[in-house]
Amino acid sequence: MLLLPTDIRNPDYFHKVVDCQWACPAHTPVPEYIRLIAAGRYADAYMVNWESNVFPGILGRTCDRPCEPACRRGRVEEEPVAICRLKRVAADYKGDISARLPTPATARNGKRIALVGAGPASLTVARDLAPLGYEVVVFDGESRGGGMIRSQIPKFRLPEQVIDEEVGYVLDLGVETRFDTRIDSLKGLLDEGFDAVFAGSGAPRGRDLVLPGRQEAAGNIHIGIDWLSSVSFGHITAIGKRVIVLGGGNTAMDCCRSARRLGGTEVTVVVRSGFEEMKASPWEKVDAMHEDIPILNFLVPKEFTHEDGRLTGVLFEKVRAEIDEKGRRKLMNAGEPDVHMPCDDVLVAVGQENAFPWIERDIGLEFDRWDMPVVDQVTFRSTHPKVFFGGDAAFGPKNIIWAVAHGHQAAISIDLACRGEELQNRPPPHVWLSSQKMGIHEWSYDNDVSNDLRFAVPHQDKAIALADIKAEVELGFDLKQAFAEAQRCLNCDVETVFSDAACIECDACVDICPVDCITFTENGPEAELRTRLNAPAVNLTQDLYVSGPLKTARVMVKDEDVCLHCGLCAERCPTGAWDMQRFLLDVAQAGSACSKH
Amino acid sequence: MTFLPKPKLHHPGLAANTLGFTRRDYEGTISTLCAGCGHDSISAAIVHACFELDLPPHRIAKLSGIGCSSKTPTYFLGNSHGFNSVHGRMPSVLTGANLANRELIYLGVSGDGDSASIGLGQFAHAMRRGVNMVYIVENNGVYGLTKGQFSATSDKGAKSKRGVVNNDEAIDLVSMAMQLGAGFVARSFSGDKGQLVPLIQAALTHQGAAFIDCISPCVAFNNHVGSTKSFDYVREHNEAVNYLDFITEREEITVDYAPGSVEVVKQHDGSLLRLRKIAGDYDVHDRAAAISFLQHRRASGEIVTGLLYVDQEPDDLHGYMNTVSTPFNELVEADLCPGSAALDKLNAALR
Ligand SMILES: Cc1cc2nc3c(=O)[nH]c(=O)nc-3n(C[C@H](O)[C@H](O)[C@H](O)COP(=O)(O)OP(=O)(O)OC[C@H]3O[C@@H](n4cnc5c(N)ncnc54)[C@H](O)[C@@H]3O)c2cc1C
Ligand SMILES: Cc1ncc(C[n+]2csc(CCOP(=O)(O)OP(=O)(O)O)c2C)c(N)n1
Ligand code: SF4
Ligand code: SF4
Ligand code: SF4
Ligand SMILES: [Mg+2]
Repeated sequence: MLLLPTDIRNPDYFHKVVDCQWACPAHTPVPEYIRLIAAGRYADAYMVNWESNVFPGILGRTCDRPCEPACRRGRVEEEPVAICRLKRVAADYKGDISARLPTPATARNGKRIALVGAGPASLTVARDLAPLGYEVVVFDGESRGGGMIRSQIPKFRLPEQVIDEEVGYVLDLGVETRFDTRIDSLKGLLDEGFDAVFAGSGAPRGRDLVLPGRQEAAGNIHIGIDWLSSVSFGHITAIGKRVIVLGGGNTAMDCCRSARRLGGTEVTVVVRSGFEEMKASPWEKVDAMHEDIPILNFLVPKEFTHEDGRLTGVLFEKVRAEIDEKGRRKLMNAGEPDVHMPCDDVLVAVGQENAFPWIERDIGLEFDRWDMPVVDQVTFRSTHPKVFFGGDAAFGPKNIIWAVAHGHQAAISIDLACRGEELQNRPPPHVWLSSQKMGIHEWSYDNDVSNDLRFAVPHQDKAIALADIKAEVELGFDLKQAFAEAQRCLNCDVETVFSDAACIECDACVDICPVDCITFTENGPEAELRTRLNAPAVNLTQDLYVSGPLKTARVMVKDEDVCLHCGLCAERCPTGAWDMQRFLLDVAQAGSACSKH
Repeated sequence: MTFLPKPKLHHPGLAANTLGFTRRDYEGTISTLCAGCGHDSISAAIVHACFELDLPPHRIAKLSGIGCSSKTPTYFLGNSHGFNSVHGRMPSVLTGANLANRELIYLGVSGDGDSASIGLGQFAHAMRRGVNMVYIVENNGVYGLTKGQFSATSDKGAKSKRGVVNNDEAIDLVSMAMQLGAGFVARSFSGDKGQLVPLIQAALTHQGAAFIDCISPCVAFNNHVGSTKSFDYVREHNEAVNYLDFITEREEITVDYAPGSVEVVKQHDGSLLRLRKIAGDYDVHDRAAAISFLQHRRASGEIVTGLLYVDQEPDDLHGYMNTVSTPFNELVEADLCPGSAALDKLNAALR
């Protein structure tokens, strides 16, 4: 089967080429804001973010950044662009943007929406719907908005004023808040006559470790996420000197680093799995180890030891990883003696679960066999027509950017439902494609590819950081570093657009391409074609751009994988068959009230 | 922004040759020729050929005359020796260099104006002397650098961009090279690297004068309807007599071909040229027949390409002159000055 010419009118084609944007759950137009940062237009860069992801200052410090492993730069040199930390630059240097935010709706549309929980998912729904005239009421058991952003993420990673500012932008859109109000009946809430209810209640329950000694030593064994929120709200200000943190995820990393700041001088993280398999992000592990916290692997807790009702330590079994017949990793007893590690306190950070005690099971809202609500992956509607879910409450614990992405989609659904339209009729994205040519060798973007390696974000002096749990560790890029880091971005959204009719097959583009992307060859089946390009196209996640038949009956094939978007093919082309065109895609939002393009 | 340097970043899978160099290490600075110029494709082919032959860049000398074509040595082999001589004088400068140091690999790059007009005599003598070199003419049928006047290789009846007809007979450098005794003669097309790269490799490993006439469309002045050196015209009239695979001693021949369709030519350095014949009866070792074949095809408007002639027992200028194997530039006074006793002896012999 010969390959058909690529249909570049399908917005997904060029969207996929912008790896970072494609990977971002909220599809933030990353290169667009990075260019604005390089141009010194921080407020504009902030607004591009704010429209897409609602919490640029928060995410610029805490995002799980799925965009970075996807970033094309990471495939042509050692490290991806520091996309996340550039987002923070936009937030740090934006100045006063209040005048650019939408204003509360002047007229109501008569529809009332209840949001349960004031975490990022609910706040996104509120931001999208309030300016459209919906009467939005947010309920939260806590006294302030932000959800786990406020209750869980330690202040040394995310200062309180950043949360206040960005949660404030949303609440100032005319959103009614009912804080210190825990909803204990969904039925009751529905009975209040809301047109829709959004459950953004998170995954609030920390998993416990039921082992011998758990009861007896309970006073010094703490559930990680409960302990972190007590620390966040100032209820806990100290911990023992010797602390063991059980678990290998990001919660464990926050626990150990918080313990180091509250009097823990010997804090150790102990993990069942190997170091590589730990769930924590690589940078979180690096930061913990930098604070003198050893991470010990392949140790499974067996027992909490205690004396006179006081915890004395934890007993561990040593294990090793083995691959079983089915190719699965299994932990096996290593055949070595157990290890006892003395300690004063234990923080249990072995997982997080959903809990919906406030939802009645007899109101037409179905739960599955894991006791999770049945939620549509696209519309976020439950089996109850008026009830929607998003964030950690929808499909289990994820992260902030997923909560935002869910929130946007749920808001679209709620808007459609309230207008009596089909939820499946999702609005298409807004797409712009425009030539960037300014002259023979001149483009409206900076096509000179930087050779700089990734810049490291400066950190606070360790002694100062460990002395104050509120002292932010990362200081953020200064403007010089930010510019240089921004220049590392390859502008993957400036797309190479090929016109079959103009090409005279002179080979100039093939010869100049620094990464051997382009081949003129006989057409063929994709798998076979991939092997006989100028550079074999081995990355199957990246598309081939294929032209129609040219004069010599060959086709042009471009492997998108490592294109530097340098525009040299277009500069070299004598006929303009290649052009560099900026592709801007804005994912549709409810009513698009927050988009100003 | 104008003329950026080509980004240093390269494909993660970019291969290295046995010297540890990648193809990118054989590039030069970025070309300043017109976008789409055939000459740039020839530069790229030279880069490919030298990379694949594992040639140490510092053992290559590239020499040229004047013209767009003669500018190209700046755009390839940035780590090799270079000499940009005066118009039409590349052959004599190269001959001198070759005499002084026979151990370098000599690559002469010229244009149709540079070689067929002002430098025609120089071209002729380099061929007949058998200077050990690769002589590439980047043939676009015009003086590109001086804005597109007809050159001496422009076909009679060809039209210029402004519609003027060329009434002069064209010089066919390929036929001349054969007549003058070049040991290796080929013609190719800048738009066909599959043919050109192995030809350059074969020429680089040939001993003696190896001549390649490479048709190279000038996109600015000679790529219009009415031109006989345009992409379209050359593609339509290209009559390849063979394609070549260049095989080093290390590689084995494994592919099976129909009997009679392939001929293997062994070169003096042990490398093999596998000729995939297209015109089955074409004999690359018969100089006289080749000249006649070329004349006939030319009369019927065809452009014959491929390896056209190769001498199976080649020799070169140094062989004809019986020079010492040590390069002249390494000979010291003791080697060169035989002393007064020897002089007395010589004088006595002449009395
Ligand atoms: C220790 C820790 C660190 C984390 N660090 C990061 C990080 O660095 N980056 C990242 O992206 N993610 C991080 N996460 C995950 C992230 O915080 C969550 O994925 C995200 O906050 C989920 O958002 P949400 O809107 O779904 O709900 P949540 O943020 O969990 O908010 C839910 C809110 O609902 C309220 N609520 C629940 N039930 C009721 C009820 N019945 N009535 C009224 N109110 C109710 C809760 O009080 C809470 O405020 C971390 C999580 C933990 C535990
Ligand atoms: C002695 C001398 N005479 C004339 C010129 C003007 N001149 C410069 S380049 C050129 C012709 C080059 O033609 P060609 O060798 O075909 O090169 P092209 O630019 O076409 O590649 C001429 C006549 C010169 N530089 N020096
Ligand atoms: S190089 Fe820039 S545009 Fe390309 S994937 Fe990375 S951040 Fe996105
Ligand atoms: S923009 Fe063109 S020349 Fe540059 S890397 Fe991509 S395909 Fe190659
Ligand atoms: S440079 Fe332009 S005309 Fe030449 S082969 Fe490439 S696309 Fe075609
Ligand atoms: Mg010329």
